[in-house]
Amino acid sequence: MKVKIDPERCQGHGRCYDLAPALFGEDDEGYGRVLGDGTVSPEEQRAARLAVSNCPERAIEIL
Amino acid sequence: MTVDDRFSQDFREERGDRPLGIRNEIVTGPVADWATDFSHLEPEWAADPYPIQDDLRQRCPIAHTDRFGGGWLPTRYEDVAGIAYDTDRFSSRSVIMSNFRPPRDLAPIGAAPPISSDPPFHRDARKLLLPAFTKTAVGRREQATREFCHSLIDELEGRPVVDAARDYAQHIPVRVIADMLGFPPEDGPQFREFVENTLEGVNLPPEERIPRLDQLFDYLYVQIRDHVDNPRDDLTTYLINAELYGHRLEASHVAGTMSLLLIAGIDTTWSAIGASLWHLAKTPADRERLVAEPALLPTAVEELLRVYAPVTMARLVKDDMNWRGVDMKADDWVLLSFPAANRDPAQFDRAGKVVIDREENRHAAFGLGIHRCVGSHLARMELRVALEVWLERLPVFGLDDPSAVTWAAGQVRGPRTLPLRIG
Repeated sequence: MKVKIDPERCQGHGRCYDLAPALFGEDDEGYGRVLGDGTVSPEEQRAARLAVSNCPERAIEIL
Repeated sequence: MTVDDRFSQDFREERGDRPLGIRNEIVTGPVADWATDFSHLEPEWAADPYPIQDDLRQRCPIAHTDRFGGGWLPTRYEDVAGIAYDTDRFSSRSVIMSNFRPPRDLAPIGAAPPISSDPPFHRDARKLLLPAFTKTAVGRREQATREFCHSLIDELEGRPVVDAARDYAQHIPVRVIADMLGFPPEDGPQFREFVENTLEGVNLPPEERIPRLDQLFDYLYVQIRDHVDNPRDDLTTYLINAELYGHRLEASHVAGTMSLLLIAGIDTTWSAIGASLWHLAKTPADRERLVAEPALLPTAVEELLRVYAPVTMARLVKDDMNWRGVDMKADDWVLLSFPAANRDPAQFDRAGKVVIDREENRHAAFGLGIHRCVGSHLARMELRVALEVWLERLPVFGLDDPSAVTWAAGQVRGPRTLPLRIG
């Protein structure tokens, strides 16, 4: 399982790095970015799903 | 070094060269039918807009009014989102629905960039502000905000009844934004007047409204000139020195952005803090649960933002068109109700209920698309800290007199009087 952010959709609400700080971080302007290669460990799967279901812009995808 | 004379001219003289906008007749009084005559400035809407929005969503769902020179009110999430994303056909050149439309050539910059700006200028003006408002940047203000909240509670302690809107909620964003802009903290009471004049004075005749709005810019220019002479590490000095396309910003851009930060930073957050305390005061089960489980607060904050989203934006239709079944005319207003979108049952399970442990919450309280509230991370921090400190210090409270609670009318809604009985 991997997470991905669509930079065209992301507006920097920051819900992903609030809810899944092990998977997402902020850039200098507050836009979300995937940490590392986006691989989701089993213990982070719930956080990954929360990030997806709370992103107002529907910018996060689970691959 | 050259002298910075951008701010020496009176802004009224600069304004004198601009073409006039469009004014229309001011219409006030009871609404005949919310589907054809809505007004967000009438007392019925201020007191409780949600039943009106729910009714319109079922039977309309895009309401119209001839007031304000003509405007539309979509109530479904998908319509609000559709307009927020469609910056080609809806302009932000004014975001406060009033009886005055600024001239078309004010776009794409608008009077208060970047909230009043359209693409492509919008992106560049916004970029200037974003670094100061990231979660990390606003996190540096958390400790001072917490201490300030404690000092406000110190003042309230021992009183059986306190006004949580006037004596607590309003002071928090006023202090935070004064610190960020580098304004004297003792000027706070004036900011409340500026906010009310801008957002609630919408139906005043122009000869009263314009001088009131000018007071805000008089104040801002005094602060700007003081910062030109005495630069400091704050947002005002930052904006004075900021550059766009290789030049420093126009005076009107600097002052306009400062007006945005001052107005949008204050009563929005004040409203969210007040509405949250109002809900907890009348819902003992939620209050007791948050006192017992403080770790739930960030989740609860999102739910309170969803159900009591304080902010409604506005857009202007660019050209005549049929949009999802209604005939919109150029320069019609659109009232972009994020509160109505947030209660659409097609988008949210149990949409009308406050579910403080709601885990899936794709709400639009901070807007959608390119105009996402630039201060959303700051607002979230202030709201969470304000509630944490209140619940820690004053865990038992209730409404003293539900009929004494008053709500602001207009595009930012929250309690302005909120008497709470403590203990």
